[in-house]
Amino acid sequence: MKNNSRHQDMQLTEAAVTALREHGFSRRQFLKGSGALVVAFSVAEFADRLGISPEKMLAQGGNTPQTLDSWIAIGADGNVTVYTGRADMGQGTFTVQAQLAAEELSVPINRIRMVECDTAMTPDQGTSSGSQCHPVNFNHENLAQACATAREALVSMAATRLGASAGDLNVVDGVITHKTDAAKKVSYGELLGGKRFEMTIKKDAKRKPVQNWTVLGRSVPRIDMPALATARFEHVHNVRVPGMLHGRMVRPPSIGATVANVDESSVAGMPGNVRVVVKKNLVGVVADKPWQALQAAEKLKVTWTPGPALPRRADFYNYLRNHPGRRDAYSVNSKDVDAKLQGATQRVKATYLHPYQMHGSLGSSCAVADVSGSNATVWSSTQAVYPLRGTTAMVLGLQPQNVRVIYVRGSGCYGLNGSDAVAYDAAILSQAVGKPVRVQLTRKDEMVWGENYGLPFVVDQQAGLDANGNIVAWDYETWSATLGNRPGNNAPGNVASGLLLGFAPQAVQPRAQAPDPQNFDNGNNAVPAYVTGRIGGKNNGTGVVASERVLTHTVPSPFLTGPLRSPARLQNAFAQECFMDEVAAQVKADPVQYRLRHLSDPRLKDVVTDVARKANWDTRPSPKPGNARTGIASGRGMACVLYEGDNGYVALVAEVDVNQDTGAIRAKRIVVAQDVGPISSPDGLRNQLEGGALQGLSRALGEEVTWDDQKITSIDWATYKTLYVGSNVPTIESVLVDRPDSEAMGAGETAITIVAAAIGNAVFDATGVRIREVPFTPERVKAALAQRTGNQTAQV
Amino acid sequence: MSVFTLKVNGQSHTVDVDPTTPLLYVLSDDLALKGPKFGCGLGQCGSCTAIVNGRAVRSCRTPVSTVNGADIVTLEGLGTPEKPHPIQKAFIDAQAAQCGFCLNGVILTAKAFLDQNPKATDEQIHQAMSTVLCRCFTTTRMMAAIKKYATERA
Repeated sequence: MKNNSRHQDMQLTEAAVTALREHGFSRRQFLKGSGALVVAFSVAEFADRLGISPEKMLAQGGNTPQTLDSWIAIGADGNVTVYTGRADMGQGTFTVQAQLAAEELSVPINRIRMVECDTAMTPDQGTSSGSQCHPVNFNHENLAQACATAREALVSMAATRLGASAGDLNVVDGVITHKTDAAKKVSYGELLGGKRFEMTIKKDAKRKPVQNWTVLGRSVPRIDMPALATARFEHVHNVRVPGMLHGRMVRPPSIGATVANVDESSVAGMPGNVRVVVKKNLVGVVADKPWQALQAAEKLKVTWTPGPALPRRADFYNYLRNHPGRRDAYSVNSKDVDAKLQGATQRVKATYLHPYQMHGSLGSSCAVADVSGSNATVWSSTQAVYPLRGTTAMVLGLQPQNVRVIYVRGSGCYGLNGSDAVAYDAAILSQAVGKPVRVQLTRKDEMVWGENYGLPFVVDQQAGLDANGNIVAWDYETWSATLGNRPGNNAPGNVASGLLLGFAPQAVQPRAQAPDPQNFDNGNNAVPAYVTGRIGGKNNGTGVVASERVLTHTVPSPFLTGPLRSPARLQNAFAQECFMDEVAAQVKADPVQYRLRHLSDPRLKDVVTDVARKANWDTRPSPKPGNARTGIASGRGMACVLYEGDNGYVALVAEVDVNQDTGAIRAKRIVVAQDVGPISSPDGLRNQLEGGALQGLSRALGEEVTWDDQKITSIDWATYKTLYVGSNVPTIESVLVDRPDSEAMGAGETAITIVAAAIGNAVFDATGVRIREVPFTPERVKAALAQRTGNQTAQV
Repeated sequence: MSVFTLKVNGQSHTVDVDPTTPLLYVLSDDLALKGPKFGCGLGQCGSCTAIVNGRAVRSCRTPVSTVNGADIVTLEGLGTPEKPHPIQKAFIDAQAAQCGFCLNGVILTAKAFLDQNPKATDEQIHQAMSTVLCRCFTTTRMMAAIKKYATERA
């Protein structure tokens, strides 16, 4: 591990150095609280000061998740350092994990220090995908179980020390005291300060019952908020390493283009010691200062051999539907759907369309890399430090153990933005010039070449109804396109810079004949909420419709794709929840009542009922009777989902005004009811709901990736339409259902999943017009209104 | 290269840079300030905002040569974590951030506007914030914090 002393302003006091020596150089002490925030800094810097080798220091620790010491360290002062492999990307997980540790350990939260995601120090928890952070660390494993194990171990040590039985001891604020003899007490610091637990995590260590919570379950203000609001917080964009140079990339005009020639003389003599770096099709420049690098990147003459022409955008959904290289899969198939549809009293059929969308991080992606000889350090806003370590080693030709990846929060990512891609960029440039290099992508490069777009979808649906208007069969078929994905441990070609470096992206493996499904997996919410999800003689779904077929076709995408907040689930829920509304309208049933008739899951029914009550839902069929066909028309719509099939119950009502003269939709009110198990932080949960609801609204109303025959044309905020801080947004109200006895579920991607559906249903309620394609632009709405006849629901 | 003198957050700085350099790079790299950030480089998102002689400007599109001698304020110049400016306090109280990348632009744009227009209506505030971007969509809390600050300062 090489020296990366970027925290120049950090000075160790002599007392601190002495304390470190006395405490056996545990890696835990190489961290220091900076106010309430913890800054993890260079192992080597401390090693230098203590006069021992960095290798010896690192050998003190481990990153194996089974080992308690990988998670928790108790200082001699009683402060607790918690190591987590789950990153706070802005959801507040830094604070809520500190709450978890404070609660389980009975330590005041201001004595908890958090260190997140650093391959030199934290346990390997894979990828911090947003919706999974909470379930992974708050249920019965990982951080929660580490805390419970530590508490039991400390109480057991105290029992020995005090000559008491563990049952006679109480823990308050990190001090263990005999229940009847208050003189008998010992603190965590006295028991363990500076030493290691040397034990594995116990699966049977007991968590504190939710009923006894005093720190969890409270809206603890975010630890990072004062630093954020006063610009003391360090985003990855602020990382500055001594001797650091600045890089800018020169990307090809389109995907598949290759370098024919790079004319280095075109930048000769430019200021800033400009260096040109070319590795296969990855081209970049490095200069002393960022403005010099940017100007050189713009001036560098590169001749590209064009890539293949792009599919015509106007025909793109047919291109997906007709692509021969597809992979087919059944999620459920009761094999009686055709017969049931044939025998149905009436049938409803519709097609829904969803475009590619962007993560569109506000700050274009940025990374700093310091590659020197066989070692590398990368400061990155990646969601996956350990996987990035492996793939960075691949692109650099180094050993993974010689690469350190340190997570530093970036601009909100919402999934696979350009964080991983730009980390390879910075690493390659640094390796080429032998100095630390910072790379931040341009806006255009972020939108064209930085990120992996969210998936486009075509959805065909058909429902068969009986004489009572109940759904008896549901046929669901989708076509979506993928290319690449998260790089994982060994596929750097899944993101742009890895692809340019010659690594292959994950491709679709064609399979024309889908086998019968063996296991129920509704991780993508391909299975509608209203069917039984019956596999292996068991109903796994949330609904009652027994005749069910869900067939998905995955086809190769012309653009890189990857998880974007609620990947595939949002697209599926949009199609399913709008279609459910169409069917309800067809039989003139109230949309809430009709949903309840077809649901079996009590928790999903509860949130539907709760949201309707909170919204003061007007029980009647859609569309709303008596609305005029010009001017402003008002309506309400609802949607619900069990996110990922098992990770968060949510129902949402939207109230909209549609300007029937311009086609503009204005959402006035959103009401959300959500059940994600025990609530760790009510305000944190609300913040996620509000942000998710409005990101969902922005995606429903305006966001769409566009292209011409050769290139992407949505390249900035003028050409990719988003809502702004000053936009007229709806009020948002929420019902938070607390389920203390349930498992913790994810809350980051619940509300966003069903906003487009609820808005679409509200537009139908207001106008009688069904918009079946996202985004609901004024032009699209106006065109649909112009086609308006009577009932818009297609009957077959 | 040319020498420019800037008064940033109350302190005078002299920098020797290419005169076409956007102010953003001088602030974030030559002066190592954390507030102003590169979001788009096109003046479309507000991340790079600085208050120059009392007005919010997009520093990514402002050549340093045009602000020689100017009085410049960035987000760190308003207050500290221990003693935040009232508008920063309003944001902290409302927990009005997620990733926080946008806060420099959001807070400075709102502050400069309200300094100039202390009696602004809600609609005018919305208008003033209509080209400032928060992609975490913390919109509702941010507007509540700005309106609270506007009410209290009026």
